[in-house]
Amino acid sequence: MDSLLKLLKRNARLSNSELAILLGKSEEEIASEIERLEQEGIIKGYSTILSESAALENSVTAYIELKVSPKAQSGFDEIARAVGQYDEVENVWLMSGAYDLGVTVKGKTLLDVSLFVSQRLAPLDGILSTATHFVLKKYKDNGVDLSDEIIDERGLISP
Amino acid sequence: MMDYSKVINKATTEMKPSGIRKFFDLAATRKGTISLGVGEPDFQTPWPIRQAAITALERGKTFYTANAGLAELRGEISKYVNDRVHTKYDPDNEIIVTVGGSEAIDLSIRAVVERGDEVLIVEPCFVCYRPIVELCGGKVVTIETKAEDNFRLTKQELEDKITEKTKVLILPFPNNPTGAIMTREDLEEIAEVLRGTNIIVLSDEIYSELTYGRDHVSIVEIEGMRERTILINGFSKAFAMTGWRLGYLCGPKEMIREILKIHQYAIMSSPTVSQYAAIKALNSCRSDVKEMCDEYDMRRRYVVDGFNKLGLDCFTPEGAFYVFPSIKSTGLSSEEFCEKLLFSKNVAVVPGNAFGESGEGFIRVSYAYSLKHLKTALKYIGEFLNELKSGEV
Repeated sequence: MDSLLKLLKRNARLSNSELAILLGKSEEEIASEIERLEQEGIIKGYSTILSESAALENSVTAYIELKVSPKAQSGFDEIARAVGQYDEVENVWLMSGAYDLGVTVKGKTLLDVSLFVSQRLAPLDGILSTATHFVLKKYKDNGVDLSDEIIDERGLISP
Repeated sequence: MMDYSKVINKATTEMKPSGIRKFFDLAATRKGTISLGVGEPDFQTPWPIRQAAITALERGKTFYTANAGLAELRGEISKYVNDRVHTKYDPDNEIIVTVGGSEAIDLSIRAVVERGDEVLIVEPCFVCYRPIVELCGGKVVTIETKAEDNFRLTKQELEDKITEKTKVLILPFPNNPTGAIMTREDLEEIAEVLRGTNIIVLSDEIYSELTYGRDHVSIVEIEGMRERTILINGFSKAFAMTGWRLGYLCGPKEMIREILKIHQYAIMSSPTVSQYAAIKALNSCRSDVKEMCDEYDMRRRYVVDGFNKLGLDCFTPEGAFYVFPSIKSTGLSSEEFCEKLLFSKNVAVVPGNAFGESGEGFIRVSYAYSLKHLKTALKYIGEFLNELKSGEV
């Protein structure tokens, strides 16, 4: 049910009854479909997208490139899990190309994030090098346009 | 001193400004209006189409094209029309690329209608047919469609209005403002009436890509109808290309040859950059159309449900992006309803009678808006209806 996922990705707070109307299904069908998607792990969770000004608590995001040496048995999985265990880490991806793991980290200040990288991430067993890029501004997050106002260029009324 | 009362010809001074215009002026005086009044897509033109226009400019495609339009574009239109409505038109002799569907309507009416001719117009409908017919000296004969017929044109009503002076039937489906469509069976019945006559059908199918639950059927698909039909379509609604001003008409070469003369003298050729963009639209962006259509479909269900819950009877439209709920239960006229709604809640919808007298008692609500916008507007309309009931407004 692609259109259900599409709607939920855009706004996970649409009620089952609203989803039912939008998709021309019954509320029960929607409820059981969502349950199935959750159970099968297709839907992993629901989150809130905050504007930058509202996200004061964790206002610095950094993208970190990690080069690691894979383990003989577990490859990249073990080290990726070790990186992912920290609350500061939001995403961990295995990448193709010039480095191995792409990681996003959130912190309150630049210093927090820097300390986290140098004292927690870098010393982990198997990490060869890190390169940290701080996010300056977000324009679009998780598919959502973060600009405050989307201007409707159209006139008020037209035939 | 100039006497301007003698400058403008009678036909023009007698032309009534559109009912929409009047309401637009009223709405324009207000700030922060939540509008459901727009008759164009809210989507921007898909990026590859815009990119194609940029490329055309970079390559210096800044000259006139052939009068009828770029040969390549006419070829694409021919293929597209054949894909969609299974009817062949010769790109060299049977297609003209026009400045929007609007020019195609104007050209066709001007080429066909003479003083004294009767033109059947199916109402409620888009606002431009009547004034152009009248400008040509034609006599408008309206056929009013009804909510109980799902706003479809019926055989009986058509038969009743045909006289020996009837020259043209303007058939605007999927319909703006009602959202009604004509099924194959409906069209078969209409064709049965027309086949033995010399009446020309002007089939304005600008919303053909926006039908829900079933594919659009054109009257040209029905036996014996291609030879008596001018098929009008364009890029505005399907590809979200309103500002590009590009449409087309297809018809038998004997008619197209004559219509082309007017286009040649009046317009020369349609905008070149838009034509290059349109080639891209037809050859690579049909899936975007489908995506936009799916999006409209969700909103359609949401808005129909919304109005029915508010107690305003709302026929379920199967095409375009409008719903046409009845406001008769409020006891107000369409214009009163719209003015009161605007003044008390700052929500703009269009009075149904702007689309012909038979639209009285209805309002046209466009759902070419985001879900969030529609939700807010419906909430205010709900409040307004409650206040009407309690006598607050």
